[in-house]
Amino acid sequence: MHSRIDIIFTLIILANLLLLSSSRLGTCINVAAIQGLLLAVLTLATRTDEPLIQTSILILSTIVLKSIVFPQLLQRAIRDSETRREMRPYVGYAQSIVVGMVVLALSLWLGSKLPLPNPTISPLALPVALFTILVGLFLIVSRRKAVSQVLGYLVMENGIYVFGVTMVHESTLFVELGVLLDVFVGVFIMGIMIFHISREFDHLDVDRLSTLKD
Amino acid sequence: MLTLLFAIGLLVFSGIAALFAGRSPLISTVIGVSGALVSCVVGLVPAIRVLSLGTVESFRTVWQVPGGSFYVELDALSALFLIPILGVSAICVLYGGQYLQVYKNENKLGWAWLWVNLLIASMVLVVVARNAILFLVAWEIMSLSSYFLVTFQYYRKGVREAGWTYLIATQLGTAFLLVLFILLGESGGSLDFDHFMFTHGSWSGISANVLFVLAIIGFGTKAGFVPFHVWLPEAHPAAPSHVSAIMSGVMIKTGIYGLLRTLTFLGSPPEWWGWLLIGIGMTSGVLGVLYAIAQHDLKRLLAYHSVENIGIITLGIGIGVLGISIQSPQMIALGFAGGLLHVINHAFFKSLLFLGAGSIIHATGTAEVDRLGGLLKRMPWTGVTFLIGAVAISGLPPLNGFISEFLIYVGAFTGAIQKTTPLAPLIGVIASLALIGGLAAACFAKAFGISFLGEARSQHAANPHEVGWIMRSSMLLLAAGCLLIVIFSPRLIGMMSSPIAVITGLPTTSLLMELQPASDWLWTILQVVSIFLGLLGILATIRYLLLRRKQVELNVTWDCGYVQPSSGRMQYTASSFAQPITDLSRLFLGTSKTFIPPQGYFPEASSFHTDTPDWYRRHIYGYLFSGLCWLSSKLRWFQHGRVHLYILYIAVTLLLLLIWNLG
Repeated sequence: MHSRIDIIFTLIILANLLLLSSSRLGTCINVAAIQGLLLAVLTLATRTDEPLIQTSILILSTIVLKSIVFPQLLQRAIRDSETRREMRPYVGYAQSIVVGMVVLALSLWLGSKLPLPNPTISPLALPVALFTILVGLFLIVSRRKAVSQVLGYLVMENGIYVFGVTMVHESTLFVELGVLLDVFVGVFIMGIMIFHISREFDHLDVDRLSTLKD
Repeated sequence: MLTLLFAIGLLVFSGIAALFAGRSPLISTVIGVSGALVSCVVGLVPAIRVLSLGTVESFRTVWQVPGGSFYVELDALSALFLIPILGVSAICVLYGGQYLQVYKNENKLGWAWLWVNLLIASMVLVVVARNAILFLVAWEIMSLSSYFLVTFQYYRKGVREAGWTYLIATQLGTAFLLVLFILLGESGGSLDFDHFMFTHGSWSGISANVLFVLAIIGFGTKAGFVPFHVWLPEAHPAAPSHVSAIMSGVMIKTGIYGLLRTLTFLGSPPEWWGWLLIGIGMTSGVLGVLYAIAQHDLKRLLAYHSVENIGIITLGIGIGVLGISIQSPQMIALGFAGGLLHVINHAFFKSLLFLGAGSIIHATGTAEVDRLGGLLKRMPWTGVTFLIGAVAISGLPPLNGFISEFLIYVGAFTGAIQKTTPLAPLIGVIASLALIGGLAAACFAKAFGISFLGEARSQHAANPHEVGWIMRSSMLLLAAGCLLIVIFSPRLIGMMSSPIAVITGLPTTSLLMELQPASDWLWTILQVVSIFLGLLGILATIRYLLLRRKQVELNVTWDCGYVQPSSGRMQYTASSFAQPITDLSRLFLGTSKTFIPPQGYFPEASSFHTDTPDWYRRHIYGYLFSGLCWLSSKLRWFQHGRVHLYILYIAVTLLLLLIWNLG
């Protein structure tokens, strides 16, 4: 039981590291989709004591949104705007991996320090949640393409999802569905924005936005 | 209490209704004015009841705000301030109903009525609120609604700048109040005012002093103490006249109210608080009137007079506070009674004067004194009521300004003949009061003389029309108020005892006893004055009888050989009239003169003009804010427009906080 959940956590960590090191946007999107699938499995593995109908709604919506709808949207965005690779990120890929390892260590340390109200299913749960959130933030900060930023946002939300699924025990369904709805709206709007940006400027580099400052 | 809450609700409701009826200026005005009038009359009933009986009415209910509760209470001190807030505002709103019709094409009047009614409602709420959050919310609504009223003519650049000055000043003042209430709440354990009541023992001396200074700065900014007065001469001229009347006559008094209310929390005051208040009163009073003399814009002049009158009120309060610390019941009673009565008196005559200035602007299109002249013949109603206000503000008997200043005089004299206080500062109080009175009389001799007497100085003043009957009757009402206060003054002075009891905790009966001799003296003086007035009336009748058979005709004043006998230009100007006094006090004023003297045997163009900008605005706040601007420009590199780095700042900050908290 324990080891099975830990395997899922390890896979999530590996997916995060892959996201940090890959320059191909298509690969990144697929990794994020797989991470979504892992989350669904995690839900199935941890939520054994809850009504089946609730768990299945949660799992279904997670799979549909995180592994099918968002990846499709983003794939179409890179196809339409013809951006295949993340060129010249602010932080290079090797350095990104190093930063990722540091952040992982930091998350483990934080996870050991943070006081939690009730015993968790695995000692890895909190560090993985924090690590995923921080990797998402790092992707937003260090990448240049708008698509990568949306991806970072998604990864960050995945971290929040891990936290919710493993820590919160009452009325998780509503919390998770609320978060999912937020992300859906967020990605939807970003998708539209990316579409418009690429149509207007024929590139997706957000650093050009700095000319908009006053 | 519920009647008052109903009045507040009706004010807000009628304001919103006036906004939604904004398509037709007339309907919007009718809704706004009638709503305000009805609710003011309704609200005055509990206020007068509480003031005359000395009772306390309160109402309390939960409010879903952290630390907040909807806790309102009407005691004698609140009731006293409600009288100008409701009574004077109602008359000003009535005036505004006709005054604003000129602007109905350029502005949406619905908004103006919404803000006016909100302003009145929030002022009522400020004086009855007994919870710090509720108080601050009402205080901010008051500041913001008056800001929107100041910027009523937003399409003029000067008005927008005045609005900024006002907004910044009032927000800075509120910042100090925020700290004050947080400190009070921290020690009291709750943000309700009744938890703030401390015996003196529970305060260490330093923190009470800190709280007092915070209150002086925070409330003094609203009241207009020198050197926090800089917004008054900017905001009052910019606002429509009935709004200036409400703001200057009524709104700035909420600062005085706040100060008095805070005094009730702080326990028995040390002696230096009294001296500080007296010092502020003296500087505000004297500097206010000196600056007023040097002004040429009627409304700016009146704004500086508000600073002066706030100074007089503060002198009274200072004497009262000093009385508490040296335990002199006479000084307590007389000082506070004088200050509080002056609050009401100033509300009446200052709003009367602002409405008069509004009528002049309405009729001539300008408030520049040097362009007016000879208005008394063409606008007799405005002229006579303005004169009544001018006599009252100069503190001359038999009008109401005299009554309150007289009480302060008596309070200062009482303190001076006691052995327990140092003599010199109290003599300073008496001297500065006398100086203020004299200078105010000179100032209004200038303001009234230049604008209403003589001949028209420009085309603006050549053919003015008297204002409509609504505006006239509101000015008449206020002038009648000034007279009525005098007639009922013995009873009114007695009524001051219950608010003073709220401030000091002394029993009402003993306060009444202390006030009695002053009231008796006042009565004697008023009898003498009425004898003199009777004599004056007899003389006027004789003059009238003597002139009845004679023919009286108008003629050119200077006609002895001048090529252009233009009587309009051959008169005193505002600058030349005030020149002796501004020259005497140039040390304080920094008046700049432009003088081209006449030269040669056949002198040609020559001119004399003075300009008196506010020294504090230019030399203190000017440098302060340009320094701040320079400092913040050093931080501009931080704002580079790279969203990545902004997110990085947030993430790193959060992470560091987390580590700091856990590590």
